[in-house]
Amino acid sequence: MSTDVALRPSPTGGGRSHALSRYLATHARARLAALLSLPLAWVLVLYIGSLALMIVAAFWSVDSFTGNVVHSFTWANFQTLVTQPVYRDVALRSLGIAIAVTVIDGLLALPIAIYAAKITPSPRVRYAIVILTTMPLWAGYLVKAYAWRIMLDTNGVLDWVLSPLGLHGPGLGLTATVLALSYLWLPYMIMPVYAALDRMPNSLVDASADLGAGPLRTMRSVVLPIILPGIVAGSIFTFSLSLGDYIMVKIVGGTTQMFANIVYDNIGVAGNLPFAAAAATFPILVVIGYLTAVRRTGALENL
Amino acid sequence: MYLGRLPRALFAFAVLVGLAFIYVPLGVVIVNSFNASKVFSWPPTQFTTHWWSAALTNDGVRAALLTSVRAGLGATLIAVVLGTALSFALVRYEFFGRTSVNFLVVLPISLPGIVTGIALNTSFTTLLQPLGISLGLFTVVLGHATFCIVVVFNNVSARLRRTGTSLDEASADLGASLWQTFRYVTLPQLRSSIVAGALLAFALSFDEIVVTTFTAGPGVQTLPQWIFNNLFRPNQGPIVNAVAALLLLVFVAPVWLAERLSGADRTASAGRM
Repeated sequence: MSTDVALRPSPTGGGRSHALSRYLATHARARLAALLSLPLAWVLVLYIGSLALMIVAAFWSVDSFTGNVVHSFTWANFQTLVTQPVYRDVALRSLGIAIAVTVIDGLLALPIAIYAAKITPSPRVRYAIVILTTMPLWAGYLVKAYAWRIMLDTNGVLDWVLSPLGLHGPGLGLTATVLALSYLWLPYMIMPVYAALDRMPNSLVDASADLGAGPLRTMRSVVLPIILPGIVAGSIFTFSLSLGDYIMVKIVGGTTQMFANIVYDNIGVAGNLPFAAAAATFPILVVIGYLTAVRRTGALENL
Repeated sequence: MYLGRLPRALFAFAVLVGLAFIYVPLGVVIVNSFNASKVFSWPPTQFTTHWWSAALTNDGVRAALLTSVRAGLGATLIAVVLGTALSFALVRYEFFGRTSVNFLVVLPISLPGIVTGIALNTSFTTLLQPLGISLGLFTVVLGHATFCIVVVFNNVSARLRRTGTSLDEASADLGASLWQTFRYVTLPQLRSSIVAGALLAFALSFDEIVVTTFTAGPGVQTLPQWIFNNLFRPNQGPIVNAVAALLLLVFVAPVWLAERLSGADRTASAGRM
């Protein structure tokens, strides 16, 4: 979508700014360069540059005597990460949590999004559901983490609700972490799924019904394939955000550790930046692998 | 979609369950902020507004709030300028590598915060500290701006895609200079989406804890950091709860406003925020 239109020179000529304006008006490439250079430089230098440096730092080490970072190449950090079973266990647990959160959010988001986008005839109800499900996104991460601590802690709200039934809640731990993370990232799943459903013409569903398909068949063969990019887009957030989390697990996870805790503890307590950097390559590889795998579904355009 | 009465009812029930799942925990935080008990106990037996006044007059809370506002304003300012320019470049121009640039731009929100945090920490401590620039509020602003750009970019891009270019072309045909067209034709169409993007960028910065943890210098404490640091201190429990409840109420206004300003874009295109 180029706006490379031939422009008449401005009638009020003169002045350096006008000369610049005229030049830019007739040179689309110069305009593009002016718009793109600063933001692109920011992203490339600050963000990509930092990522690159972090990956380089993953091959450094820390002098065990002085505690200073030694800037020479070594595979030692990665060797430790791969060979020590504790890291493999934590990595697998984090992957499991991220997958569980993604599946739970998908199952919760689908009926809500379908109801809002396709079932309710009232635009008001639709708008209300969209607003009500997306607003909590901004309620504050720690506020929500705190809320789940109150909900799940021993003698917390869930225990209180379940006690007349003779049951009690899961308490703080792995289940609590999965539950709280699902809660946290649910709006990120609802939004793209709703948007995908909203774009899908209703006539497709009607056509499917006319051709004799029941609701389940229509769902499986018509609706799901069309909204798949939306679901995948949502899963990018639920998966990636869960994988990199270390705060929620500290607040509601009891003694449970996730992979990001290893990164955090090495930066903070141990002061071992190279090892933390090496550990951080794991979520990067997983997420970039996931992004490239889902690229062809068109999910990235649905973010 | 045509469905029988029972499936419709089941879907409606699922929506209600979902909304309850979303709102009950938040409601509990608000109710519990009036709980008179010093240690956490549920259900509350007595109510008080003491914790609210204690939170509002707490020095640590006030200092942290000020730091958060400063960081948020700095990051939002950078994000608005760079994010708007970026959305013009990516929506209104075709160029080689456009999809790659798009991919790079969304990376800061696609990769976990801890990756962004540790990457910035590595480069700040390795490159800036030898120059005598140590971690402080400035580095927090740089870190927050990196992901705030994406929010502004998403909002403005959605609007640019929707508005098209015919009005700009008409303005140019009528003899307006590039600047006049931008000032009097393009900007008024974009204004509300820029404001919405800025509000959301500020909210995102205000809430950020992971990137802050890795980029803040000693002595710089934002409000989320204050909450996190006091969460496990037994005596601070009720004040933390009151601050959390306060944040819940404070957040509603800007986000509701942003939603109103950019609602049409959102339904026209998917948009994370």
